[in-house]
Amino acid sequence: MITVEDLVKDFGPKRAVNRVSFSVQKGEILGFLGPNGAGKSTTMRMITGFFPPTSGRVVVGGHDIGENPIPAKRLIGYLPESAPCYSDMTVHGFLAFAAEMRGLHGAAREQAIQRVVGLCFLESVLHQSVDTLSKGFRHRTCLAQSLIHDPPILVLDEPTDGLDPNQKHEIRQLLKRFGRDKAIIFSTHILEEVDAVCSRAIIIDRGQVVANGTPAELRARHELAGSVSLRVQGTAAETVRTKLHALPAAGRVVVQGDAATVTARVYPRDKPVNGDLARSLSELAQREGWRLDELRTEEGRLDDVFRSITRPETAKGAE
Amino acid sequence: MSESLRNIWTIAKRELVGYFNSPVAYVFIVIFLLLNGFFTFMLGNYFLRGEANLNAFLMWHPWLYLFLVPAAGMRLWAEERRVGTLELLLTMPISAWQAILGKFVACWIFIALALFLTFPVVLTTMYLGSPDVGTMLTGYLGSVLLAGAYLAVTVMTSAMTRNQVISFILSVVICFFLILAGWEPVTDLLVRWAPEWLVNIVSSFSVMPHFSDFQRGVVDFRDLLFFGSVIAFCLFGTSVVLRSLRAA
Ligand SMILES: Nc1ncnc2c1ncn2[C@@H]1O[C@H](COP(=O)(O)OP(=O)(O)OP(=O)(O)O)[C@@H](O)[C@H]1O
Ligand SMILES: [Mg+2]
Repeated sequence: MITVEDLVKDFGPKRAVNRVSFSVQKGEILGFLGPNGAGKSTTMRMITGFFPPTSGRVVVGGHDIGENPIPAKRLIGYLPESAPCYSDMTVHGFLAFAAEMRGLHGAAREQAIQRVVGLCFLESVLHQSVDTLSKGFRHRTCLAQSLIHDPPILVLDEPTDGLDPNQKHEIRQLLKRFGRDKAIIFSTHILEEVDAVCSRAIIIDRGQVVANGTPAELRARHELAGSVSLRVQGTAAETVRTKLHALPAAGRVVVQGDAATVTARVYPRDKPVNGDLARSLSELAQREGWRLDELRTEEGRLDDVFRSITRPETAKGAE
Repeated sequence: MSESLRNIWTIAKRELVGYFNSPVAYVFIVIFLLLNGFFTFMLGNYFLRGEANLNAFLMWHPWLYLFLVPAAGMRLWAEERRVGTLELLLTMPISAWQAILGKFVACWIFIALALFLTFPVVLTTMYLGSPDVGTMLTGYLGSVLLAGAYLAVTVMTSAMTRNQVISFILSVVICFFLILAGWEPVTDLLVRWAPEWLVNIVSSFSVMPHFSDFQRGVVDFRDLLFFGSVIAFCLFGTSVVLRSLRAA
């Protein structure tokens, strides 16, 4: 549904987005991650046709957004970063405007408003003026605007920003539900959201894509990912070390502790993460009669992965 | 075609609702009427003139509009840029042209409405004498076109900045030039320094000679063309400004 090819955006001498390429299919939810100023919003603005790219192209539902903007824009629902709304209108008036801009008039318009008001929980403020709304409600009003025409493509710039935990949860459920038959791109700084919602994530740093994969694939890039930690009571550290080294599935082994409690971390010999290592360890423990009180496979933590591939400016400068 | 008209109207309607949802519209109309009354009856010596026409009323419009039209139109784009709704508007399935025209038309309708509310001047004139109705109508037509030309300038300057005050000042300055280039005291002065053909060219860029034709009851094609091209030029300028803004 969305194809981005070699997208570049320069602001004066500064390159904000540098040769970004990816595509999103129907039924996919793509999470867009990256530190502040990485170029997430700028990329989204090019996808939605607000910024013309310096070079490269964006194709939305078969239409090039530069050459054929209007049919392309029809397919997109867009929530800009700061969730701007016309403040001199009521919520209903604002949504009615959005609906009419999308070609919904009369009864179809009211029906569409009803639908998004329900989805975004706006019943209580429907006739309130937008400029007296709290931040979260304003955000939801702008989100409602992006859903009003039930678009096949959603581009949402930080959709859960400023929402309370309940609302965050609701919006994630909403995205998941929509993700089944829409193509969705959303940016976020909340890494749990990636696990909870995305089918794929892209990490972008200083304008460039530095990682692209499923959340599990990204986690697998963690240095501890796939390793198994175990704690054994009442066996000598030396014995444990020898037995672990002898295991065919084990790679590097680190053992610590005394005769009372031994903790060990075993890395897999080959990288693909599956249950093999943990299974053979538990079999080993049974054979040897070890008193095992912990056996855990490390999945890799997304925020560590995020930090290690998008190191802050200061760390780069210090090298 | 009908769809683009529909889009233009949707945008215009939103602007108009926006005007009347805030007190600004009412304040504007009251000030507009008070100033018109003051200039017509006090400074224009409407009663002492003993003429059955609207000259004492219309002659002030180039000067009144100089401040009132930029005040009414300065927010049109500047506010969208400041709040960020520009991003919303320009990612909707409409062309920039439709947005520009919608905003222009909305504000023009609003000013025309304020102008319509000056009808007591017409009634007074008809009560006191027997004015030529045709001349009064062309006078109003000229006034509406004059407001449209100033408004087009304001729409353009409004797109240039996110600050309403700067947009206001810019448009006042440009409209002031549109007056001065053909204002008699200035042209009289110019004739002493420059050849007459040059003065004529300069003053043909001014709204003054074109506006005064309407006051005299003349609808000249060239005057219509003048106001039409000022409006078209400035709205085209607006689209250029909006495009360059996003290309950054
Ligand atoms: N209109 C603009 N003019 C000049 N520079 C800009 C403009 N918009 C963005 N930039 C620059 O482009 C870079 C990328 O900005 P962008 O807003 O895309 O970052 P982001 O990834 O969305 O960050 P955040 O997480 O803070 O939202 C930044 O360095 C920013 O200063
Ligand atoms: Mg951003």
